[in-house]
Amino acid sequence: MTGQPRILMDAGKMDRTLARMAAEIREQESEPLAVVGIRTRGVHLAARLRDKLQRIDQCEVDFGILDINLYRDDLSMVADHPVLRKTEISFPVGGRRLVLVDDVLYTGRTIRAALDALTDLGRPTAIQLAVLVDRGLREVPIQADFVGLAVPTRTDQHVRVLVREEDGVDRVELGDRDLPGRDKS
Amino acid sequence: MVGLGDRHLLGTQGLSSEEITLILDTAESMVEIGQREIKKVPTLRGKTVVNFFYEPSTRTRSSFEIAEKRLSADIVNFSAHGSSVSKGETLLDTARTLEAMEPNFIVIRHGASGAARFLADRCRASIINAGDGMHEHPTQALLDAFTMRRHKKKLAGLNVAIVGDITHSRVARSNAYLLVTMGARVTFCGPPTMIPPHVECLGARVERSMEKAIEGVDVIMMLRIQWERQSRLALPSLREYTRLYGLNRRRLDLAHPDALIMHPGPINRGVEIADDVADDPRSVILEQVANGVAIRMAVLYLLARNWDAHEAA
Amino acid sequence: MKLPDESSRPLLLKGGCLLDPASGRHENHDLLLAEGRIKARAPDLHAPDARVLDVSGKWVAPGFIDMHVHLREPGGEDAETIATGTRAAAAGGFTAVAAMPNTSPVNDDQSVTRFILAQAARDGVVRVHPIGCVTKGMSGEELTEMGNQVDAGCMAFSDDGKPVASAQVMRRALEYSSVFGVPIIDHCEEPTLAAGAVMNEGIVSTALGLRGMPDEAEEVMVDRNIRLAGLTGGRVHIAHISTRGAIESVRRGKEAGVRVTAEVTPHHLLLTEEAVRDYDTDFRMNPPLRTEEDRAACVAGLVDGTIDAIATDHAPHAHEFKNVEFDAAPNGVIGLESAIPVLMDRLVATGLLTPVRMVEALTAAPARILNLEGQGSLMVESLADITVLDPDCLFTVEARRFRSLSRNTPFNGWRCRGSVIFTIVAGHLVHDGRGDFAG
Repeated sequence: MTGQPRILMDAGKMDRTLARMAAEIREQESEPLAVVGIRTRGVHLAARLRDKLQRIDQCEVDFGILDINLYRDDLSMVADHPVLRKTEISFPVGGRRLVLVDDVLYTGRTIRAALDALTDLGRPTAIQLAVLVDRGLREVPIQADFVGLAVPTRTDQHVRVLVREEDGVDRVELGDRDLPGRDKS
Repeated sequence: MVGLGDRHLLGTQGLSSEEITLILDTAESMVEIGQREIKKVPTLRGKTVVNFFYEPSTRTRSSFEIAEKRLSADIVNFSAHGSSVSKGETLLDTARTLEAMEPNFIVIRHGASGAARFLADRCRASIINAGDGMHEHPTQALLDAFTMRRHKKKLAGLNVAIVGDITHSRVARSNAYLLVTMGARVTFCGPPTMIPPHVECLGARVERSMEKAIEGVDVIMMLRIQWERQSRLALPSLREYTRLYGLNRRRLDLAHPDALIMHPGPINRGVEIADDVADDPRSVILEQVANGVAIRMAVLYLLARNWDAHEAA
Repeated sequence: MKLPDESSRPLLLKGGCLLDPASGRHENHDLLLAEGRIKARAPDLHAPDARVLDVSGKWVAPGFIDMHVHLREPGGEDAETIATGTRAAAAGGFTAVAAMPNTSPVNDDQSVTRFILAQAARDGVVRVHPIGCVTKGMSGEELTEMGNQVDAGCMAFSDDGKPVASAQVMRRALEYSSVFGVPIIDHCEEPTLAAGAVMNEGIVSTALGLRGMPDEAEEVMVDRNIRLAGLTGGRVHIAHISTRGAIESVRRGKEAGVRVTAEVTPHHLLLTEEAVRDYDTDFRMNPPLRTEEDRAACVAGLVDGTIDAIATDHAPHAHEFKNVEFDAAPNGVIGLESAIPVLMDRLVATGLLTPVRMVEALTAAPARILNLEGQGSLMVESLADITVLDPDCLFTVEARRFRSLSRNTPFNGWRCRGSVIFTIVAGHLVHDGRGDFAG
C-alpha cells in the first residue's frame, strides 16, 4: 500500500465516535469519575470526552494530564525524544474511577507505563482505558474498555490521529510507515 | 532532536540557550514529583550512579543523592576521606576502579580544575561535574537560573550582580557563562585581589564599588567568603570585607525593589550577608536548595536518554 | 661518547649546500671528514679511500647543539637515560647536548659531573656537556665549587627548574663564575609571583580556573639578572625566554653592552596558551605557553638576533606522571626529536626565518655561549659534527616512534615539510633518517 494515506475518520466521525464513547463511559455507574489524558494527543481527546460527560450529567468531571516519559521502558529506542512535561493531576486519585485516554492503542507499552505512573499517585478504585483507535499488534496483555474504532493493521503501517488543537484538523489516517522512528504505541 | 548535545555535563560553557531551556523546562516537570506522596519514579531503574566526592560537600552530594533516589537509580557513594584516595591512589586509578563497577553515571567533585573533563576523556560513563576546582559547577548555575526564571519569568534582560571572590569561584564562572548565553547582564563585584585577570572573557563586566554594582539589579548573588591561608593576602580582614562588600539593608535598598537575594551556601551570616537580609522575604536561598533536586533530576534524565542512545548506536 | 667502529674510513659529503653561519660562507662545497675533523672543504672533492655520502640537494650544517636538555640520569632513568636521550638527540639532528643539573642527585659536585661524562662516554652517541648547579643542592644558598666543576667538564652553571631567588646569591654567582668565563643560565621566575601557578595568567587561565603566572614573574627576574650582570661584568644567559617584555629587556641590555644572551624553545615559538584549553598536560611546561603577542615577539627576537639560540628544554616525564589532572602534572615537554621538523615547516618553509639564521641559533650561537671549542662551524679543522637537512621531505612527528623513553610532546601528529636526514658526530654517521619519510 503506497501513496496517499487512507482516511479512517473525518472530523464529523471523530466527534460522533467520542460522543458514543462518552455515553458508554456514562453507562457504567460508578462515582466519582475522572478522565486522565496521556500526553500529547490523549490530552485533547480526554478534554473532549470530559466536556461530553459534563453535558450528559450537568456536573463537574475531574480532568488530569499524565506524562509517561519517566516511566518508559524504551528510553533508549525513542530517537525523537519528546520534551518531558508536567503531570497535572490536581485531584486525589484514591477512591475514584479513572478513565485513561489515549489516541492509539498499539503495543500496549505506553499504557503499561501509564498504569505505573497512576499507581504512584495513589490507589484508584478502578482504572479503565479509552482509546480512539485500537490497531492491534499488542506486545503486552492490555485491552481497552472503550474503543472508538478497531482496525487491523500491519507493523509497516502507521496510524496518525490529528487533532485540531495540535494539527489544525481532526482526522485519523492509516498509511505506510514513512516517518523515521516508531509509531506512538 | 530535542536533547543535549553531549553525554556529559562538564560545564555551562558551550551549552546553547536551547539546551539550557530544555534542562530548565524538564526541571519544571520534576518539581511535581517532589510534591507527590510517593516521591519516586522508575526512570533510572537498573542504572548505577557513582557519587565521587574528593572534596567535602554535604549540600551538593545530598542534593544529587535525593535526585538519584527519586529517579530510582542505584547509588554508590565514594568520598576521598577513608577511601583509597587518601592512600595515594591517583585520580586515574580511582576512575578505573569505579569504571570496573560499570556505572552509567559518575558525579564528580574534585579540587582540580579540569578533573571532570579528565574523567570524561577516559571513562565510558556519563560524567556530571559537581564542581571542579575553580572551573565550573554547572548544576549550581542551572539551579540558580531555574530559581531566577521562576521568579522573574525569563532570564533575558535580567541584571545580575555576583559579589565575592570571583577568582576562586566556580559558581561565578558557571553562572556567568549560563546567564550571558541566556541574554542576562552579569556584573562581578569584589576586591580587585579577588577578580581574575581578563575577567571580561567570562562575558561579565566588573564594578569595584558594591553600591554601583547592585544599583537597580534584579538579582544579587552573594558568594561565600573563605578567609583561608591563601586568601589572607587578598583580604586584610573579614571585618573590612563586610564593611566594603557585605550585603546589608542599606545596600539592598539600592537594588530593584523586587530583587532576589541568592547565595550558593553555606552562608556566613554577618559576613557576606547581614542576618536580617538573609531572612528577608526576597531571599530565595532555601528555594535554591529545593530547586537543586529538580535540576539534578532533569540533568540525569536528559543525559540518560543520551547514554541509552549511545549504547543503542 | 661511544662511537660505532664500523667506519674509521674518511667520509665524503658530496653535492650538498653548506650553511655555515660562523664563517658566513654558504656555498655548494663538498666536505671531507677524517680523524674526527673536517679535513677539506672545496667544490668537487675526491678521496679514493673515503666512503661517499650523496647529499645533493640537501642542506649541510654544523652539528646542532641543544644547550638545554634534561637527560634525567642519574636518578630519573624511568623517564630518560643518557643512552636514550642522546639517541633521541641524534635522531633529531643534534650532535651535542648540554645536560641540565636537576638530576638526582643534582650535579653540584665534580663527582656527579664525572659520572655523567663517564656514562656519556660509555652509552652516549652524541656529545654531552654537563651544566653544574649554581648552588649546593640547588637550594639557592651557597655557591658550588665552580672551579672544580669546570675542570671536571662543566660548561655553564644553572639551578634550572628553579630560579636563583636571592639577588645576592645571583650577584655572587655572576662575579665568581666570571673567573672561568662561563655563563650563569637562569630560569627567570620571581617565585612568589608564580607560586602555585600551572599556566600563563590570562584569558585562558581565567576561563579554565587554573592558577596563572603573569609575564611579570619572568620579566622582573630578567631585569634583575641583566642589572646584576651589568654590575658584576659576569655573563648571564636567559633560559627559555617567553615574554615580549623579557625579550625587550634583553634587547636593551645588549644595547647597553651587558653580557646577556638568551634562548627560546620551539614550543614558545610555535604554540600559545590556547593549546591548554583541553587540560592536556602535554602542554604544561614552565615557563608556560604565552599569548600570541608573546609568541610573535619570540619569533621576531630570534630573527633579529636579540634571542641568540634555540634550545628545546627537552624535559622527559614518564607517562604515569603526565596522565593526571592538570594541577598534579609535572612541568615539561620533550623536544629533541620534533624541534627541527616543526621549525623547518612552520618558520623556515613559511619564510619567517631564514635557514641560515635557524642554523646559527642551533650551532654558532650555543657554541659561542658555552665556549664549545671546534663546534658550530664548517671550517677546516673544526670537529666533524655535521647535521644534514632535507628541506623537501615530508615528516610526521610520531611520539610512538621516538627514541626517547618519554612521549610527552606537544607536537604529536604534526606533519612537516623538512627534516633531518643525517646526523654525523666526529665523522661517524649516528643517524640515517632516510627511512623516516612519508613520500
